[in-house]
Amino acid sequence: MQHAERWITREMLVAFLIFGTLPLWVDSVGLYSYIGVEVVIWMIFALGFNLLLGYTGLPSFGHGAFFGIGGYAFGWFQFNMMPNLWLALLFAIVMTSIIGALVALFVSHRRGIYFALLTIAFGQIFFFIASKWTSLTGGEDGMLNIKRLPADFGFVSFSLQDNTALYFFVFIVFALVVIVLWRLTHSPFGKVIRAIKQNEMRVGFLGYNVYFYKWMVFTISCAVSGLAGGLFAMAQEGAYVQVMSLQWSGIVVLMTLIGGGFVSFWGAVVGTVVFFLARDLLGTYTEAWLLWYGLMFMVLVMFKPEGIAGMWQDAVKALRRRQIVASSPSAHPVGK
Amino acid sequence: MALFEAIHVHKRFGDHVVLEEINLSFEEHKLSGIMGPNGAGKTTCFNVITGRYKPDRGQVIFDGQDITGKPPRTIAQLGISRSFQVMNVFDEYTARDNLLLAVPGVRQKGLNIVHDLANDIEFNAKASDVLNRVGLAGKEDVLASDLSYGQRRALEIGIALAAEPRILFLDEPTAGLGAEATAELSAMINRLKQDVTIVIIEHDMSFLFGLADHINVIHWGQVVAQGSPDELKANKWVQSSNLGKLA
Repeated sequence: MQHAERWITREMLVAFLIFGTLPLWVDSVGLYSYIGVEVVIWMIFALGFNLLLGYTGLPSFGHGAFFGIGGYAFGWFQFNMMPNLWLALLFAIVMTSIIGALVALFVSHRRGIYFALLTIAFGQIFFFIASKWTSLTGGEDGMLNIKRLPADFGFVSFSLQDNTALYFFVFIVFALVVIVLWRLTHSPFGKVIRAIKQNEMRVGFLGYNVYFYKWMVFTISCAVSGLAGGLFAMAQEGAYVQVMSLQWSGIVVLMTLIGGGFVSFWGAVVGTVVFFLARDLLGTYTEAWLLWYGLMFMVLVMFKPEGIAGMWQDAVKALRRRQIVASSPSAHPVGK
Repeated sequence: MALFEAIHVHKRFGDHVVLEEINLSFEEHKLSGIMGPNGAGKTTCFNVITGRYKPDRGQVIFDGQDITGKPPRTIAQLGISRSFQVMNVFDEYTARDNLLLAVPGVRQKGLNIVHDLANDIEFNAKASDVLNRVGLAGKEDVLASDLSYGQRRALEIGIALAAEPRILFLDEPTAGLGAEATAELSAMINRLKQDVTIVIIEHDMSFLFGLADHINVIHWGQVVAQGSPDELKANKWVQSSNLGKLA
């Protein structure tokens, strides 16, 4: 089993089981299939984002820009080049990678607050370009009528018009992204970026080119965001500028922090789910759901900055300790 | 010829001259020491040598190659490794992972995004070997933040050592250690000096006199005396200063 574990873990199987069967039970918990599509897409986005925030310690507050660019690229390609799902998604990834790589040239020499401010600045630049360049993006109206292109495998083609079909498609993409990113975060590259978060200077003194690593992780993160953005444009059948706003860039930060992206790979996934549950469940009771969500964030930052994943890890540790105490003979001096 | 040389090195911060004129040379397979009072410029000297700061004048030569002003990563890649006075370990990593990161083979695979580091037998064996050498055997899976102060000191040196350096610079390795831990450290460095060229900055004179083959005394940004421990004990300047009394 050792070999298989290198690519697939138990946690992954659990996640795949839950999300792979979602359309079967989602109605019974009071939600609907389409919400699953959005949740899974945002999980992909949050996972890509967390490479920067949780793994490298680089707080990007402009990541919505890359999510948005992915959507426009996906739409532009299918209108102007070729209505092919694979190529349009690939184009979304390539475009966001190129733009991300250029931005990374400017930001990868920075860290902390300077990094954050620069990413906000770049995010705003792209937001305004997208708002004003109406001939390309449709401006405030958005890029409309983006098609849910069929998943064509040559010998067989699946229509993704239906929300359930689209859900399974984005779920498969999610599963692939999880496997690839898990592998990446457990590779030498992943070791280095986490070390950069802990002590950038020391990593340099060990002979690593810190800037290059930061550049690369930023670019990869943008590529994943672009993929998620392309899928989102497909789900919404349009690409809209709102996702590029500072507010939406902030929301992915909130999701990742609340979930516990700093301490766990799965933090980003958990945080996304919590956000959408808060929006759709709390949102049915009160319009001010974002207030409650914000309060929850504040409480968490004050008492448990490691987020939900951090609480889970603490609980597991406590449980183990109890088991050890219960099973150790010294705890029962009387004996059996 | 010496393995490592600093020639006419001068460094100032603003108006403040820290290194006036430093000339040092470190022989291969020897343990060299740098000593001097607080604020003499010892750590700045290390920082210039290992690329953290650029010298304003002068040259740094390693194995015949001019490395003056090169960035730390380039200097590290040449086989020059250092530890820090203020501890610089990776707290979120286990002892093993701290060392793995420093292993040159891991660095060469650094951009590999699919290699499975946890199951790489060769690299893990290297990390275990270094843990043995710095006296941390059995602590492989302990988080660096959970190690004791002395163990973290040892890990700090282990990281520098795992880089398989040709020359190893240790900045005040005894800082904050008690007598017992210092004695352990002394024994450990004594073993290490069999295989690697070492340069140590140290406050603790008895520690340095017991280990070093050659010692440089830095004061007012200059090398004011140098020689073997015995020669230094006979040196008039050293005798007349506080340093002589300590030795």
